[in-house]
Amino acid sequence: MSEPLLSVRGLRAKVDGEDGEILRGVDLDVQRGEVHALMGPNGSGKSTLAKVIAGHPAYEVTAGEILFEGEDVLELEPDERSRAGIFLAFQYPAEIPGVSIANFLRTAVNSRLAEGEEMDVFGFQRTLTEKMEMLKMDPGFAARYVNDGFSGGEKKRNEILQMAVLRPALGVLDETDSGLDIDALKIVASGVNRLSEADEALGVLLITHYKRILNYIRPDRVHVMMAGRIAESGGASLADKLEAEGYDWLHRAVAAV
Amino acid sequence: MPRNETITELGLDEYKYGFVTEDKPVFKAVPGLSEDIVRQISHHKEEPQWMLEFRLKALEVYYSKPMPKWGGDLSKLEDTLDEIYFYLKPQDQMERSWDDVPQEIKDTFEKLGIPEAERKALAGVGAQYESEMVYHSLKEQWEEQGVIFESIEDGLAKHPELFRQYFSTVVPTHDNKFAALNSAVWSGGSFVYIPKGVKVEIPLQAYFRVNAERMGQFERTLIICEEGAEAHYIEGCTAPVYSTDSFHSGVIEIVVKKGARFRYTTIQNWSNNMYNLVTQRALVHEEAKMEWLDGNLGSKLTMKYPSCYLVGERAHGEILSIAYAGDGQHQDTGGKVIHAAPNTTSQITSKSISKGLGRSSYRGLCKVYDGAEGAKSNVECDALLLDETSRTDTYPYIEIDENTASIGHEATVSKVGDEQLFYLMSRGLDEAEAMAMIVRGFIEPVAKELPLEYAIELNRLIELEMEGSVG
Repeated sequence: MSEPLLSVRGLRAKVDGEDGEILRGVDLDVQRGEVHALMGPNGSGKSTLAKVIAGHPAYEVTAGEILFEGEDVLELEPDERSRAGIFLAFQYPAEIPGVSIANFLRTAVNSRLAEGEEMDVFGFQRTLTEKMEMLKMDPGFAARYVNDGFSGGEKKRNEILQMAVLRPALGVLDETDSGLDIDALKIVASGVNRLSEADEALGVLLITHYKRILNYIRPDRVHVMMAGRIAESGGASLADKLEAEGYDWLHRAVAAV
Repeated sequence: MPRNETITELGLDEYKYGFVTEDKPVFKAVPGLSEDIVRQISHHKEEPQWMLEFRLKALEVYYSKPMPKWGGDLSKLEDTLDEIYFYLKPQDQMERSWDDVPQEIKDTFEKLGIPEAERKALAGVGAQYESEMVYHSLKEQWEEQGVIFESIEDGLAKHPELFRQYFSTVVPTHDNKFAALNSAVWSGGSFVYIPKGVKVEIPLQAYFRVNAERMGQFERTLIICEEGAEAHYIEGCTAPVYSTDSFHSGVIEIVVKKGARFRYTTIQNWSNNMYNLVTQRALVHEEAKMEWLDGNLGSKLTMKYPSCYLVGERAHGEILSIAYAGDGQHQDTGGKVIHAAPNTTSQITSKSISKGLGRSSYRGLCKVYDGAEGAKSNVECDALLLDETSRTDTYPYIEIDENTASIGHEATVSKVGDEQLFYLMSRGLDEAEAMAMIVRGFIEPVAKELPLEYAIELNRLIELEMEGSVG
């Protein structure tokens, strides 16, 4: 078997300028074409892991490595990681007033092309329209300013739209399900499923607090994060156990270590 | 009132359009200001006696008024004024067609990269080069409609009665020290008359450029938009960089008659040694609508507050402005609306961007006179800081003498956020692109009101100014 799509080894990280590690030795492999769910209680470090993978400047990696397609990405800027194929769907996407989604996405697509090259405007428009239909988005959505005045559900859908257009090799979805009603959740989940179907090599790291989304996106692997480490890994049934029994048994197990 | 701070000139942005074309002035007055200079200007322009007297009286007013103590730092301006030339005339004759324009001047336009604005012949283009109109053309259809679009000098010579009826009625000589100075030494500018009910579809464009070291620029523009008429006037300019201080002090007067609509658009991009002190004001009559769209880039200090005097019932005034204060620059800009009639409405939207040691100030006045029942005014000013060292201030003055008036004021200051940058970068944009995109988005509400080629130019200018702003 070739090297994993994503391989996190002994990763330790903290907020830049502060004491106290949030990630305390994370080990995690995601193979091409796999969907991994990362669960865990609030404050366990799930979102921090997502941001560190994407290269958020507020965090300092103190030890360990992140290999993406076998290459160490820790020295890469966030934009370089993005162009390499890592995509982070944000839990709280930033608002960029005055910049339309279409303009933003076209710029992002063009940033992947060679210097001086540009994607055909009409070709881009077709792609965008197609992806928006898939996510059941109103055609007028593309003209709206990025996340400006969006509802929680619109923001999350916009994140998946960007993933669909940018076609990364790895999608890290940070609590994409939170704040969604059941209809929106189904649309988002079916969008992710269709992306997986369209690209069999797509790897997904689905970070979630609740099992609910796993009723619609079946994970190949489930991991539970506790106090900055992966405390337990297993198949899809692990999520069922967490749903039924909560995290307490894991807390006790971690405390016993 | 703000503290009078010395503007630090450390790390001045290199001015990107800082080239110089050799100039060949036909007549150059001695530097500095005097009664003799004023007489020479008037004589040279072959003006009627009343205008000479007007200029001389204005000079007295100018001498009698103290330097303003508010706004920006003008402490070094008096020295500057001793050194500049108050009048310069590159050619004796007005040019009528593009072919007659000297190659040297065409080269200057070419280097600016915006010759399309002239060449497309979208409109009658008046280009002001070194204080004087050198190129002026007017589409035949406008002449047929009775529209007058002349240099200010030709306006005075060819339409003396019309000119005298309105000249200096909107901005009187004694209005402020720099209006008085302009009144004494004005040279160049446009004279525009739109007859009753005439709708000018294509914008009237003037393009001018200051291009002689230490040269003062005192353009004067007078626009009369008659009842029910509609027009859009656009003026853009950019100046090369010089080592000594330079000075620009224009006066723009606009009369918008009953039911008329007028829009005045300016994009100014001065070299960063320029003092830019401009008085622009419109008198807005019953049910008329006036819009100022004002973009200020560059200069050492700009003090500019486009004004709408709403003197007729249901008159509407709008001021949209963008200011970019680069390193060492101070943009003191905003707007004034005077509600002097019932049910008048106004909107001020001001956007400023500051970088490095740049400083932008919003200074606005909203005055509602007693009896202006039902007047409504709304002010929105948003400041964007690109880094930790830039500065912004807000000075809103609100004077309300009418109980039924409704006034809104909203001010925001934001800094380009790390989360915004990270978000855009996580989609593949490098840091400079991400920064530029945030800034473009910030000015979008104003930029979208501009004609496309000007919006593109504005974005390009701001991007040039921002080069190197990412550490």
